[in-house]
Amino acid sequence: MQTALEARNLVKKYPAVLAVDDVSFDVAEGICFGLLGPNGAGKTTTVEIIEGVTPATSGEVYYFGEPAGSRFREEAGIQFQNTALQDFLTVRETLEMFQSLYNRQADLSHLIEECFLEDLLDRDNRKLSGGQRQRLLLAVALVNNPRVVFLDEPTTGLDPQARRNFWDLIKRIRADGTTIILTTHYMDEAQVLCDEIAIMDDGRIVTRGSPEDLLRQRYRNVIIELPLQDLTGDLGNIEHRILQTQGIVEIASDNVSDSLRLLGSQVRGLNRLKIRQPNLEDLFLDLTGHSLRA
Amino acid sequence: MLKRVYAIFRARNLEFMRDRSSLSWNIVLPVGLMFGLSFIFGGGDRPEYTVGVLQSAEEIDTSAHPYLKTRYIQFVAVDDEAEGFRKISRHQLDLLLQLEPALRYWVNPDSPKGYFAEITLLQSAGTRQLRKEQISGDAVRYVDWVLPGILGMNMMFSCLFGVGYVVVRYRKNGFLKRLRATPLRAIEFVIAQVASRLMLIMAVTVFVYLGTRYFLHTRMDGSHVTLLIVAAAGAITLISMGLLVAARVTSEELAGGLLNITTWPMMMLSGVWFSLEAADDWVQQTANIFPLTHVLGAARAVMLDGATLVDIAPQLLILATMSAIFLIVGAVIFRWHPR
Repeated sequence: MQTALEARNLVKKYPAVLAVDDVSFDVAEGICFGLLGPNGAGKTTTVEIIEGVTPATSGEVYYFGEPAGSRFREEAGIQFQNTALQDFLTVRETLEMFQSLYNRQADLSHLIEECFLEDLLDRDNRKLSGGQRQRLLLAVALVNNPRVVFLDEPTTGLDPQARRNFWDLIKRIRADGTTIILTTHYMDEAQVLCDEIAIMDDGRIVTRGSPEDLLRQRYRNVIIELPLQDLTGDLGNIEHRILQTQGIVEIASDNVSDSLRLLGSQVRGLNRLKIRQPNLEDLFLDLTGHSLRA
Repeated sequence: MLKRVYAIFRARNLEFMRDRSSLSWNIVLPVGLMFGLSFIFGGGDRPEYTVGVLQSAEEIDTSAHPYLKTRYIQFVAVDDEAEGFRKISRHQLDLLLQLEPALRYWVNPDSPKGYFAEITLLQSAGTRQLRKEQISGDAVRYVDWVLPGILGMNMMFSCLFGVGYVVVRYRKNGFLKRLRATPLRAIEFVIAQVASRLMLIMAVTVFVYLGTRYFLHTRMDGSHVTLLIVAAAGAITLISMGLLVAARVTSEELAGGLLNITTWPMMMLSGVWFSLEAADDWVQQTANIFPLTHVLGAARAVMLDGATLVDIAPQLLILATMSAIFLIVGAVIFRWHPR
């Protein structure tokens, strides 16, 4: 598998902020690569530098081994986090307009079918629901049959059903061999869709790898969750973490039976106790000390 | 390149045609302008001169003196001598006539129309042998002179605000940023915007021009094709100027301020409402930096003096140069997104 994209030592400085601090990574062709981090971590700026939309203070971007230029612009599809479309145009006209900007063309009827836009073709852009609009924006990102697609927070604001439908769409695009660069702060989304992730915080990449590998390397235990109000005493030397905003205490455990026995006298009851596998959110919390959704 | 330009051009036209508020404003304003002009300057057999007759009665008895039967002079009754003198001094009356007890008249020596009204009076009175006045035909009515100014002013506002605001809105809402992520280049976007607005403004200008020709019989001594070329050159220059003003601005408030700063000096100094021939030299030199000055100069030369393309070549060359500079600088400094 060859490298589709390579970012080398990207730096973006604003007058009072270092938004991107020496970020380097590469993305293999055909995978879904997730760039994760809380709002303000620098992931959107990093991706926009790669897309050529925001100039970097320093650093280089390579597309299939060449400096990203006109070929990249022709072969990349981009869905921004907040994209306004031209007012008063229908879905069909919007797709046709964007397609006319490229020499490389997707089969529009197939694309319309794939993004479930058949019934919306004559509808004004402004009259689309959140999910319909996201599907149109995805279709716009695919009108040039791109080799690489950038999706920036594509499911933000969607209801759970619309999110899952959107995930199915992304999986189908990936199955066609298209490389996907996904930025998100939804850990479940990254876990479901991404082959590889990089977690960003304060403009830097703090870790990188496949979600499974990262979790396996970091954790050999499960997490026991208890409501804070169920605690009756001090947990003493039991390793734990209190999440005040969520009103819970988390206890890492490599032996649930032993942990429950130790907890026995310190809790009011175990009816509301949960046991779960560590996830990417836990990983982020451990690596950075603050929540992804902060 | 042409495919991309056409795509943006078509999309902008569709957006404009479907935006009813914007469309109606762009149609209603010029139509209102046309009917306003017709109302102010129209009236078919509107008299060329206004002569006051000192009398207390409101009705003018045309049998009282042969002069009162003169065509193209409007006679109005004036019952207050002082008011009549004031109007003469302010050129609101061309001549004030007293029939009783003795035939007397007052005229302002600085008033050209008063001069001719006087000659007509003396001729009709038969007291002096004078030549018949030669004022028919060559007189340029104010409406003939001001029409290019009003069309040019409408063109200026439509080009500068119509393009400037749209580009700033596109930038502010992120549509330009989305276009930036495609192979579309700044110059292609700019050309598409020029073409779209040019089509609109030419249609509106031709419509208003034909309306005033029909209703006001405005003067046209030159070629309509030449006039069309002047209008197109002017529109391209003004649209390019609007794009330049909006090339980097991200706030609609700032854009509004900049566009006002750009348009108002042209409105005052480019000869829209009055001629600058009597103005100081520095004012005339300053006016030459504005494209509208050259548009109006060329349009008036064609319409009032029958100038040919060769005659107005200097103005067209200036407009072409300005357009090229505005477009190139605008494309070079063009900013796709707000930050």
